[in-house]
Amino acid sequence: MSANSVQVLANAGKGESTRTLLRVIILLLIAGAAIASRLFSVIRFESIIHEFDPWFNFRATRYLVAHGFYKFWDWFDDRTWHPLGRVTGGTLYPGLMVTSGAIYHALRALTIPVDIRNICVLLAPAFSGLTAYAAYLLTNEMTPSPSAGLLAAAFMGIAPGYISRSVAGSYDNEAIAIFLLVFTFYLWIKALKQGSMLWGALCALFYGYMVASWGGYAFITCLLPLHAFVLICMGRYSTRLYVSYTTWYALGTLASMQIPFVGFLPVKTSEHMPALGIFGFLQLLAFLDYVRSAIPSRQYQTFLWLFASGTFGLGLLVLVVATSAGVIAPWSGRFYSLWDTGYAKIHIPIIASVSEHQPTAWPAFFFDLNMLIWLFPAGVYLCFQQLADEHVFIVVYALFGSYFAGVMVRLMLTLTPVVCVAAAIAISNVLDTYLDARSPNPEDHQVDDVSDGTAKKAAKSGLKSTSKPVVGVYSTVSKSIVATAMTAYLLLFVLHCTWVTSNAYSSPSVVLASRLPDGSQHIIDDYREAYQWLRQNTREDAKIMSWWDYGYQIGGMADRPTLVDNNTWNNTHIATVGKAMSSREEVSYPIMRQHEVDYVLVVFGGLLGYSGDDINKFLWMVRIAEGIWPDEVKEREFFTPRGEYKVDADATETMKNSLMYKMSYYNYQSLFPPGQAQDRVRGVRLPDVGPTLNVLDEAFTSENWIIRIYKVKDLDNLGRDHASAAAFERGHKKKKANKKRVARLLRVD
Amino acid sequence: MAQKHRIPRETTPQTPQAAKTSTTATAPTAAQTTPIVSKQAAAAAKQQINSWDQVVRNLTNYYVDSTPQRTKLIDAFMAFLVVVGALQFLYCVLAGNYPFNAFLSGFSATVGQFVLTASLRIQTNEANKSDFPSVSPERAFADFVACSLILHFFCVNFIN
Repeated sequence: MSANSVQVLANAGKGESTRTLLRVIILLLIAGAAIASRLFSVIRFESIIHEFDPWFNFRATRYLVAHGFYKFWDWFDDRTWHPLGRVTGGTLYPGLMVTSGAIYHALRALTIPVDIRNICVLLAPAFSGLTAYAAYLLTNEMTPSPSAGLLAAAFMGIAPGYISRSVAGSYDNEAIAIFLLVFTFYLWIKALKQGSMLWGALCALFYGYMVASWGGYAFITCLLPLHAFVLICMGRYSTRLYVSYTTWYALGTLASMQIPFVGFLPVKTSEHMPALGIFGFLQLLAFLDYVRSAIPSRQYQTFLWLFASGTFGLGLLVLVVATSAGVIAPWSGRFYSLWDTGYAKIHIPIIASVSEHQPTAWPAFFFDLNMLIWLFPAGVYLCFQQLADEHVFIVVYALFGSYFAGVMVRLMLTLTPVVCVAAAIAISNVLDTYLDARSPNPEDHQVDDVSDGTAKKAAKSGLKSTSKPVVGVYSTVSKSIVATAMTAYLLLFVLHCTWVTSNAYSSPSVVLASRLPDGSQHIIDDYREAYQWLRQNTREDAKIMSWWDYGYQIGGMADRPTLVDNNTWNNTHIATVGKAMSSREEVSYPIMRQHEVDYVLVVFGGLLGYSGDDINKFLWMVRIAEGIWPDEVKEREFFTPRGEYKVDADATETMKNSLMYKMSYYNYQSLFPPGQAQDRVRGVRLPDVGPTLNVLDEAFTSENWIIRIYKVKDLDNLGRDHASAAAFERGHKKKKANKKRVARLLRVD
Repeated sequence: MAQKHRIPRETTPQTPQAAKTSTTATAPTAAQTTPIVSKQAAAAAKQQINSWDQVVRNLTNYYVDSTPQRTKLIDAFMAFLVVVGALQFLYCVLAGNYPFNAFLSGFSATVGQFVLTASLRIQTNEANKSDFPSVSPERAFADFVACSLILHFFCVNFIN
């Protein structure tokens, strides 16, 4: 029957060139799949930059393309962090912008006119294809099985843990950084295996590119020394390790120092010290290794112990002294929060307030990696079985990566590559065993044994356990069952990935989607509506005050100066905004005047049930402000006596008088029939009488009330304070009420 | 791998107790007669002092006798780099690190060049041939030149 065609197929797969061709085609298909699955957001919504940080990257890229590289390098931005400004060129990772700028100019040179926005939107998907290829290369270094690399590439291409940061439009540093991470690891393994300076130098160059692209480069800076250290501890020091590591470190450190934002950090901060320490340690080891070859081994042992322990102790001492004397900067706060997950919450609220810095919840692992997460330990176990230098790397990476992925949601991203590689090793091992069409033939082995000699045979007949059993799968049934099960798992995995990508990770979060009762999609476009309003109705230099989350978007979409943005480099300035938001109007108004604020922007989800609004973030503003002004802003006063965070009639006076509360609920009750005003996020009924605003005028409220913009009033013409001026405007009614009451009292008397 | 196996193999002939303190050929007998640990350590230390100059003498003999002329040239260059690096560091400690960029790029140029030269020396060493199946001496030199170019490019760029 079909035996003939199977034969043809089998023969076709045998030639070396055919295999290479197949491999190239498969890799291309994988890259295609990786790109395609990231395009959901473009198809569902449109070609638009997502979220928060990408808006800044996009703005910087436009600046780079418009003004050229040198201007970009020296860019001082006076339209953010008003009135401080930001030395943007020196405080960003330029890799992403330079990459898209280079692509832009290359395409221009090829006479392909393309909008820079489309390059930015599609950069992440394009690089995901390259990441898949890098994963293929890395896995091929680990195992001789040719299928493992292809599986790893496929996993890498569609694993949601990576897709979460690389859908089309997610124009963030991670978009290219993960490719660089995996590729740097591949080059490192290659350099280590061959002991080649050139590969080490390439590794250093890509490490430099990585440093230019993402703050997560510290992951490599710590992982490679750790790998080297583990190898040394296992007694696997080799000249190859010396050559590859020292070349990488000497060149890579210099390369990393070229980035202004990194500057002297590699020689000054503790995060970079392990790499330096291992570098020095390897020099000693190389020297010892040389001495070992020169003198008898007993003498050498004396030499070794004295020398090594003495120097190591000395180095440690120097490090401790230098750290305590302040020569080397102490570990930074973000670093502490990696060890103690409660640290940031107590000491640095600005770090803890970012949702992606929260510890990972357990389901997230399964959600982001699905079946890979249970294949991952199997793959690591298989690495233990072989345990060459490169397998040690996978083991070390797995431990390191798992820990950090557990500590911070965002670092799931760095775990994903090793999970893909390990899972691919596990699956390919299973498939190689069970898909082997030939059944092992016990007779072959017996013949071998007989030919070995009669003495052996005699021993074998006596003791059965001494003979090596013939390992293999005989039954076709078990083969087909396992193969079918694996295939089913793989298919389910693809389903899961597609589902997660389309449902969880493809929303631009600038544009929201909802479903109408009839099932059709309804686009909620309040953000762009409001930013467009700002762009068209305010002065070019009108300063907008908002919580820092929206700073980049206001800068990118509305093109207006902001007080604080997502860069969060100045905690005090953010605390100032937090204080203005959380204080009474009389306190806030001078702050806003001092900072020349023209408009205040708040995000309010009460009408729509949009939970990411400012009232829900409000406690962070209070906490951050409290960190600077503990006497004036107190978190406790925003909670009811029973310790609840309430916005309805039971809310505390401080809460009701805070500017944020007033701006959010101003005039809100007028939307509803009396007594029915409802906040759909908090699920509470609001009091009938809404808050009054004296120092602000409502300027704009978007269609679904998500964004509300207020104009800061000028000083009163008659020199009154705003409260009395507003009371005068409302005047007559109140006075009458007063009079009535007074009159009534009089009458009673 | 090779090193991992070699050391245990050489120490196994000793009794376990002796193996702990064995430093020179005469150590086992001394160790067996003195069971107290501190005495063992003292004896071992004494013998170490005796053996130190022997170690150094062996080392120099080995170096002078069995190093090819070309390798010695490389070593001279490495020694020069160490001296230059030490001088720069001394200057930094004594006279302050004011143009820190300049100091860093100068110092890392010597350090980087040192490790690259050391790598070249390792790769061209006949004894290490088995470690580098894919690196011929010519290839090693080409790598060395390429890496040095990269290194000095970064240094010049960083020097301000």
